[in-house]
Amino acid sequence: MSDVIRKNAWVAGLVALLAVLLVVTKLIQPTFGVSGLESIARAALPFAFATAGMAVVVIVGGIDLSVASMMAVCAVAAAVLMERMAGVPALLIVLALGLVMGFLNGALIVLTRVPDIVVTLAMLFVWEGVALLILETPGGAASDWLEQSIRGSFLVPGIPNALVVTIICVAVVWLPIRRSKLGLSIYATGSDELAAFRSGVAIGPTKILAYSLCGVLCAFGGLSLAALTGIGEPVPGPYLLASVAAVVLGGVVLGGGRGSLLGPLIAVYILRIIRTILTLLAFDPNVTTIIEGVIMVGVVMLGTAAMMRGAQQ
Amino acid sequence: MSDTVLLDAYGIAKSFGAVHALTNARLRVRAGEVVALMGANGAGKSTFIKIITGALKPGSGQVLIRGEEVRVGNPAQARKSGLVPVYQEPSLIPDLDVTDNLRLGDTPKESFMKWVEELGITDLNMSDTIGELPLATLRILDLARALASEPDVLLLDEMTAALPADLVERVLKVVRQQANEGMGVIYVSHRFNEILELCDTASVLRDGETVGDLTIEAGVEERAVELMLGQKIELGERKITTDLRAHSGNPRVKVRNLAIAPKVTGIDFDLYPGEVLGVVALEGQGQDELFDILAGFYPATSGLIEVNGKSMSFKHPADAIAAGLTLVPGNRADALLAQRSVRENIALPFSVRLPTWGALKLRHERERVQFAIDKLQIDTRAEGEVQRLSGGNQQKVTIGRWLATGVETLLLFDPTRGIDVRTKRQIYPLVRELAAKGASVLFYTSELDEVSLACDRAIVIFNGQIVDVIDAKDADEQTLMRAAYGLTSREGVA
Repeated sequence: MSDVIRKNAWVAGLVALLAVLLVVTKLIQPTFGVSGLESIARAALPFAFATAGMAVVVIVGGIDLSVASMMAVCAVAAAVLMERMAGVPALLIVLALGLVMGFLNGALIVLTRVPDIVVTLAMLFVWEGVALLILETPGGAASDWLEQSIRGSFLVPGIPNALVVTIICVAVVWLPIRRSKLGLSIYATGSDELAAFRSGVAIGPTKILAYSLCGVLCAFGGLSLAALTGIGEPVPGPYLLASVAAVVLGGVVLGGGRGSLLGPLIAVYILRIIRTILTLLAFDPNVTTIIEGVIMVGVVMLGTAAMMRGAQQ
Repeated sequence: MSDTVLLDAYGIAKSFGAVHALTNARLRVRAGEVVALMGANGAGKSTFIKIITGALKPGSGQVLIRGEEVRVGNPAQARKSGLVPVYQEPSLIPDLDVTDNLRLGDTPKESFMKWVEELGITDLNMSDTIGELPLATLRILDLARALASEPDVLLLDEMTAALPADLVERVLKVVRQQANEGMGVIYVSHRFNEILELCDTASVLRDGETVGDLTIEAGVEERAVELMLGQKIELGERKITTDLRAHSGNPRVKVRNLAIAPKVTGIDFDLYPGEVLGVVALEGQGQDELFDILAGFYPATSGLIEVNGKSMSFKHPADAIAAGLTLVPGNRADALLAQRSVRENIALPFSVRLPTWGALKLRHERERVQFAIDKLQIDTRAEGEVQRLSGGNQQKVTIGRWLATGVETLLLFDPTRGIDVRTKRQIYPLVRELAAKGASVLFYTSELDEVSLACDRAIVIFNGQIVDVIDAKDADEQTLMRAAYGLTSREGVA
């Protein structure tokens, strides 16, 4: 048991931090309750999916700069398709689209041996263009049920639907893989590529798989964007850098091999609540971003120091 | 030992560009046989191992396992066909725990645990993260994992390096047992005593070619050393003879009881002004660590380093440089700014030392650079990028810039590796000239004949300790090779 806690010390710390922040929010704004939680969970939806996708590729030892633009492609595709055909097939097509985009990212990195940061930077522009080709101006219409699915808190009483949906979607994509040898291969590749190769891991396919997963999670992100706005918006939002921030704060080591998806997801909510608190305290929005940046560096620095001390004992 | 041939590799050749790493290597392992694979530094052992284990494709030749050709493209396939390697660096995943590492390679857990205990590790926790375990444990785990997969042929690459003596005993015992039960073992090692204890035959590689197979018996060391050395290209004659009695003054660098865990256990030597002290060692005997410490890359575990009579503890390379110790690393790329000009590269050390923020004194700099270039006969315009020079000329720049700057103590780490003969001949006088000007030079070389050409004395490091000090006039290759393999040279010479 103590082993479990020691290995998940970072996540435990994040949960504690999240609890403290929720209490602080409640103290500042006594009326803060389920509806407040719900609005935070809804606002966090696209961030959560972008972060989950980014976390997978960072764990495998890469990075994907095209997450936000893949989300934009999926959002416009969803809005356009759902206007013309039944919701469920449209949804499946969008998920497949995400998978294909992620697969292409991974395959290009593995086959061309061009560094991941270069390939995905290039693909950022490619997917941006694709999104604009599908829909030049914001438009289309998301299915009603899609919009409804992330409102309220009827799925699990007291917990916002948006949060439940996030957890289910990420769990469905990630857990089967995490539990299989494929998941081990992803961690092994990110941890030490040479050792993984020598242990018989197929490095190339593992990387492609990780990028494909990232694509699927971005498709969920795109669907959530469509659900939030009701339409498709071809210009990507500020999800790229925010996802890197949450991944780092979530205890996933840039360079790969360490961390989980749970930490980054909690980090997403931490970052959203910090923003809420700063808004409630009526901080100048420009100062808000400065404070967010400082908090991020501070938390990662203190957390790393604490972990190192723990490891030495 | 039976007659079943488990592994048969023959006619193996491999080139990397213009470099012929292997020309004609072969190796045959029968059931129940332990074969030592031997060869001096640079003989092509690593390349051969990579080809046998499937990490590299041979340029030509065949690798047969149990008579079937292995079309190996990766280690996983070699493993499937029954050949399991244990590499020098453990191939366990640092961020995963023991259980996950076993799952990754489909290693049966019970069998693994049995071997771990057999090999003498009793306190293993399966949820320990690999990266937090000591190196010696990792090597044992790696071996246990290999044994648990029940290989036909086991390849052990310097298995006992970094292992404490009791674990070495265990490993040798277990491996011998397994061989007696029919496993074939390829044992790559620099340690004669282990080879004598464990192996049945030895296959010797020299300059990319298998030059002989030996049956292990008393006195086989002589023959092995002879085979490993072979005929060498003459590198010229030593012109300068130094009088060792000239070093009767105080040493410039004094090293006592230097230990660097886990590889270096005790090094003592004195380096005098005007002396070139050779360092001879097989790969991985602790010489890399010794040079790293002297260059201030990280602190030693224990021991004393004195420079000009003052005790030193380097916390940063800048401390070592300030104390007059300058490293020319084995890898030229570590020392040069490849995209900058020859002039800037030569000038760099003394530009860095400028005490003020003022502009560089370009004319002054130019004169000194020109001096160095003339001296070195670098065949290029000095404004050209360093990366366009040949390897030999690059190396001349890394050494020559200290000629222009003036240096107290130069740490040369295998300065002639991969350099053509003509350039080598220019480098030895250069080193001698630095010494004649009063510099002290510590000169690690993987080419034994360089000791008599450039050094005054040589210390021989084996398994983290100095095992011999040899005068340049006695430093023929046989003597050095024997000493480097931990065989006492005094008996041999006397």
